[in-house]
Amino acid sequence: MVPLSHIMILAGIIFALGTICVMSRKSVLMILIGVEVMLNAAGLVFVAGSMKWSLPDGQIFVLFLMAMAASEVSVGLAMVLYLHRRKKSMNVDRYNDMGEKRDD
Amino acid sequence: MSPAIFYILGAVTVVSTALAITRTETVHAVIYLVVSFFGTALIFYMLGAPLVAALEVIVYAGAIMVLFLFIVMMLDMGMGIRPKRSYLRVWGPPIGLSLVIAVCAGVLFSRQWKDYLIADAGFISPRTFGYALYTEHMLAVEVVSLLLLFALAGALYLGRRD
Repeated sequence: MVPLSHIMILAGIIFALGTICVMSRKSVLMILIGVEVMLNAAGLVFVAGSMKWSLPDGQIFVLFLMAMAASEVSVGLAMVLYLHRRKKSMNVDRYNDMGEKRDD
Repeated sequence: MSPAIFYILGAVTVVSTALAITRTETVHAVIYLVVSFFGTALIFYMLGAPLVAALEVIVYAGAIMVLFLFIVMMLDMGMGIRPKRSYLRVWGPPIGLSLVIAVCAGVLFSRQWKDYLIADAGFISPRTFGYALYTEHMLAVEVVSLLLLFALAGALYLGRRD
């Protein structure tokens, strides 16, 4: 039998890896990947809780989490396409102005 | 036996996630991430959530990662100099990790459902899941469907050609 704390530690490690990815990478696609990793870790905690108390609610929340991740990714990737068309770059440091036509 | 499989799968998931977030090429990162999601799906299966495990493979590893690959290949960002690496170095680690996951999956699927769980209780059949989803959480299902509709409208608006 695996104690619940070990599953929590695993989820914590995966979440920390996602946070590191979001905070250290420059490419906007890698940042989105980091967000996906973090959402996945959160889902792991929900399923572990669902197992611990034998209730389906945690798993149902994971279903909603997946719908949320799917919509986040579809809007996020559409935004990536738009930014790439505007700036010709994936580097988030280039997205530093809010003006209309400044291609510097 | 089940705890050993859990720790192996956890190690594979952590290693493939760590490799995914450190790749310079996004395609490689996405492939490692698919491996990591397969590992997480098997962990869900062992935690007594077969439906969530199936959805993890279908929605995360299937739909979302394919969306990522689609965007990466559409934008083609690797325009610089690309260092030549041998196929073995590029494909060896993901194939090795996938093989470990496949062996674990074979061991798990060859057993009865009572035997692969890592706790005594907690198995939730798809039937229980669906019943709770469409009775207790009906309002949340409606809200999530609205969320998906808004995401569709938002993606269409952002992706339009002007």
